[in-house]
Amino acid sequence: MCRHQKCQCHDDFARETGGDRLILHRVIIPSWKLLTLVFILAAFCAAAATPVDPSLVPSIFAPESIPAHSISELSHFVLAVTGGIFLVVFGLIAYAAIRFRRRANDDGREPAQVYGSNPVEVAWTVVPLLIVLVLALATARVIHEIQDAPRPAAALDVQVIGHQWWWEIRYPKLGIVTANELHVLISDERKRAPTFLELRSADVVHSFWVPRLAGKTQLVPNRVNQMWIEPTHTGRFFGQCGDYCGTEHAKMLLRVYVHTPEDFERWVNQQKSTATNDPTVAAGRLVFERTACVNCHVVNGTVGDGRFGPDLTHLMGRETLGAGALKNSPENLHAWIENPGQFKPGVLMPAMNLSTPELDQLVAYLTTLK
Amino acid sequence: MNTSSNQSSIAGVMGLPNAAARTKTVFDHLHEWVITVDHKRLGLMYIMYGLLFFVVAGIEASLIRIQLAVPNNHFLPPRVFNELFTMHGTTMVFLVGMPLIFGFANYLVPLMIGARDLAFPRLNAFGFWLSVFGGLLLYFSVVGGMGMTGAGSMPDVGWFAYAPLTSPAFSRGHSTDYWTIGVLVGGLGSIATAVNIITTIVCLRCKGMTLMKMPLLAWLNLVMCGMVLIAIGPLTAAQIMLLLDRFLGAHFFDTQAGGSAVLWQHFFWIFGHPEVYVLILPGFAFASEIIPVFSRKAIFGYPAMVGATVAIAFVSLGVWAHHMFTVGMTPVGNTFFAISTMLVGVPTGIKIFNWIGTMWGGKIRFDTPMLFCVAFLVQFLIAGLTGIMLSVVPFDWQLNSSYFVVAHFHFVLVGALLFTIFGAIYYWFPKATGRLLSERLGKWHFWLFLIGFHVTFDTMHIPGILGMPRRIYTYEAGRGWSSLNMICTVGVAIQALGIMFFVGNVLWSLFKGKRAGNDPWDAWTLEWSTTSPPPEYNFAEPPVVKSRRPLWDLKHPTDPDWKYE
Repeated sequence: MCRHQKCQCHDDFARETGGDRLILHRVIIPSWKLLTLVFILAAFCAAAATPVDPSLVPSIFAPESIPAHSISELSHFVLAVTGGIFLVVFGLIAYAAIRFRRRANDDGREPAQVYGSNPVEVAWTVVPLLIVLVLALATARVIHEIQDAPRPAAALDVQVIGHQWWWEIRYPKLGIVTANELHVLISDERKRAPTFLELRSADVVHSFWVPRLAGKTQLVPNRVNQMWIEPTHTGRFFGQCGDYCGTEHAKMLLRVYVHTPEDFERWVNQQKSTATNDPTVAAGRLVFERTACVNCHVVNGTVGDGRFGPDLTHLMGRETLGAGALKNSPENLHAWIENPGQFKPGVLMPAMNLSTPELDQLVAYLTTLK
Repeated sequence: MNTSSNQSSIAGVMGLPNAAARTKTVFDHLHEWVITVDHKRLGLMYIMYGLLFFVVAGIEASLIRIQLAVPNNHFLPPRVFNELFTMHGTTMVFLVGMPLIFGFANYLVPLMIGARDLAFPRLNAFGFWLSVFGGLLLYFSVVGGMGMTGAGSMPDVGWFAYAPLTSPAFSRGHSTDYWTIGVLVGGLGSIATAVNIITTIVCLRCKGMTLMKMPLLAWLNLVMCGMVLIAIGPLTAAQIMLLLDRFLGAHFFDTQAGGSAVLWQHFFWIFGHPEVYVLILPGFAFASEIIPVFSRKAIFGYPAMVGATVAIAFVSLGVWAHHMFTVGMTPVGNTFFAISTMLVGVPTGIKIFNWIGTMWGGKIRFDTPMLFCVAFLVQFLIAGLTGIMLSVVPFDWQLNSSYFVVAHFHFVLVGALLFTIFGAIYYWFPKATGRLLSERLGKWHFWLFLIGFHVTFDTMHIPGILGMPRRIYTYEAGRGWSSLNMICTVGVAIQALGIMFFVGNVLWSLFKGKRAGNDPWDAWTLEWSTTSPPPEYNFAEPPVVKSRRPLWDLKHPTDPDWKYE
C-alpha cells in the first residue's frame, strides 16, 4: 500500500531527524481509528474493572423457569437460522462488492447489462418461503406450549396489580398481601408447582417482566391477563416494569424469590401473622394512625386501610423500599418518609412533613413490622 | 403613473431604495421561498426542515445517551428524560423522517417522470406549511405545555403514547394536547402531499412512460403515498378521539370510565406499522436508483422489484398487532400476526437479492452515495433478521419493549433509512445545487458515521437480551448493563462527529464545491438530462422515453434498453 509505505518513510525520516511535524502528520491520519479503538478499549476496561455477578444479570438466555426455558430454546433455534441467513447474504454482498469493484485498469466500457432472471427470482422467493414455514411452525408450537399450558391443581395463584410505580401482590387463597417482592415455590418433576399470575392494573399500562422466569405480559387497566412461571431453581430473580408507565417507570423494580417448600411455608406463616404490636413503640403507631399514612397504607390491626400504597403489615420483611428505589433499612426508611422524592422524584407519596421526634417514633414503630 | 410615482415617493420617504433600481434583498428571496409553489423549492424546504429537526432530535438523543452512560446517573431528572425520549421519537418520525422522504419525493418525482411540477402545486405548498405548523405546535409545548396546573412542559407520554397515560388523570397540563394536535396537523399535511404525488404519478408521466417504464423511485413513492393515505387515517381518528377524551369528557380511552386502553394500541399500530414501511420504501427507492448507476448495470429484476414493493405494502397492512404480542392476545391471534410478519421478510428478501444481483457482474464505483447504499444493504439485512426474531412471538415476549427493540428499529430507521438518505443527498445534491459535495469530506462523514452507528447500535442489542427495558431513565449497577451503555454513548459521540463532517461538507460544497454539470454520475434517468439546478419549468421540451433508462438509450444508440425490456 502506497500510503503505508509513505508513512514508513516518514517514520524512518522522523527517527533520523527527530522531526516532530512529521510524526504529528503520521499520527493525524489514522487518529480517528485510534480514537475509536481507545474509546472502545477504555469501555471494555471499565467493564472489566466492575466485575458483574452473573446471578444478578437478568439475562433471557439464563432461564430458570419452564416457560423461559422454552423461549430460550426457541430463541437459540431462531438465532441459528437467522445467523445462517446473515452469513450467506452478507457473504454475497461482500463478495459482490469486492469482486465486482471497478479496477484501476478499467477499460471504461460498460459491463454486460443483465435485466433479470426468472429462475433465480423464483429460487430466492421459494427458499425464504420455506424458511418462513419452518419458523412459523416452531413459533406456533411454543405459543401453544406456553399459552395453552394446563393448570395443575397444586398451582399457586397470585394476583399482581400494577400501580404507578409499584407492584401490589396478593395471594387470594392464602390471604396474603404484599408488594414488589413476589415469593413463589420451586417446582420439580415429581411435584410440579407452577405459579399462575393474574395481571391487572390500577392505573396505566405496565408490564410484568422477569426475564429469567418468563416473557413479559402487560397489565392493562380494565382487563385481566394471565401468565405463569415455573421456577426450577431457588434464588432471587430480578425484573422490572417493561412498559413505559410514567415518570418513575425506571424505579418500578420487581424481585421474585423462589423458595423450597419448607422455606415457602415459613414465609407464608410469617406473612399470615398479624402485625407486631409492640407497646414500646406505641407512640410511633399513634403517629401512623393519626397522620395521612392510613389513607394509603394498610397495617393489619390498625385503622390504616388505604390501598393506594403498599401494604406495610410486614414491611421489614422486604428487601427494598419504594419498589427497589433503595435498600430497606431503618436509616433509609427514615430518609424515605422524610422526603421520598429525593430517591424517586415524581413518586406519588408526598413528603410527610413530620417533626423530627414524630419521624423517629414512626420509624421505630415501622421497623417492628417484621 | 400617478400611483407608481406615489409608491416611489413613499419608498423614498421610508428610506427604501427606488423600486426600479433596487436589487433583490434577502427579504425578497425569503419571500419568494415562502410563497413558492415550485416542487423543487418545496422539496428543498422539506429537506432543510427535516435536517434542522434531525439536529434537534439528535441533540435530544445525545442527552438521553449521556444520562444512560453510567448507572444511577443524575444528569437529567426523570421527567426531563421522559420528555426527551418522547420528543426524540416523535420528532424523528414526524418531523425528520416524513419531511425528508416527502422532500425527496417532491423534488425528484416530477423530474424523473418528465413532468413540469406536481399535479396540485398549491396543495403542495399547503401540505408543506401544514407540516411546518405541526412541528411548531409540537415544540410550542416547551413554553405552552404548562397549562393552568403548571404540570410539565414537553409531552412525556412516549411517541406511541399508550392510553391511559394520555388521559387527563395521568397527563395534566397541555403538553399531551400539543403532542396530539401537532401530530394531527402534520398528518393532514402528509395526506395532502400523498394525494398530490399519487395524482402526479398517475396523470403526469411524460410520453412513452408507461407504469412499468417508470423509474423504481416513482413506483416506490407511489406505493408509499398509497400507504400514507391508508395509515394516517386511523392515526388522525385516534388523535381526534383522544382530544374528545381530553376536552369533552368522551371515554374512548379513559379506562377509569370504562374506556379501552387496548383500543388505542390497535389504532396507533395500525398506523404505526405501515408507517415504518412508509419511511423505509423511499429508502429502497434511493438504493434502487443509486446502486444501478454506481454498479453500471440496469436494476436486476425490475418487475419483481415492483411486485415485491406492492406485496410489502399489502402484507404490512396486516401485521400491526406484532407490536402487541404482550397485550394478552389469544394463541390464534398471536400465531396469525407472527406468520403475517414473517411473510414480509419474503418480498423484502427479494429486494435485497435483486440489489445484490444488480451489483453482480458490474463495475462498482465506490463514491460516497454508493458507500452509503452498500452499508444500507448490510444494515437492512441485520434489521430484517432481528425483525424475524421479534416476529417469533415467544422471543418477542422477552424482547418486546427492551433495548433489543430499540436497537432493531434504529437499524431500520438509521442503518437503512438514514444511510440511504445520506446516499441520496450525496447523489442528488449536484442536481439541486449545481455543485458536487466533497468526496473527501464525504468519506470522512461516511466512515465516522458508520463506525459510530455500529458502536452504538450493535452494542445496544445486548442490554435488551440482558433484561434492560427501554425508556428507563436510570438503572442499577451490577445488572451487567453498565459498560454496554457506556459503549453506546461513546458511539453517539462518534456519530455526532460524522454529522459535523456532513454539515461542514454541505456548507463548504454549496459555495466551493466542484461544478457538477448536468450529469456528474453518468446516470440514466430523466432528471440528469436537464440543467443543474433545473429551470423552474424542468424541461425545455417535454421528454419522450422508450425505456426505463432514457439516458442509456441516448448514450448507447446502437444498443438501447428498449430492445430488451
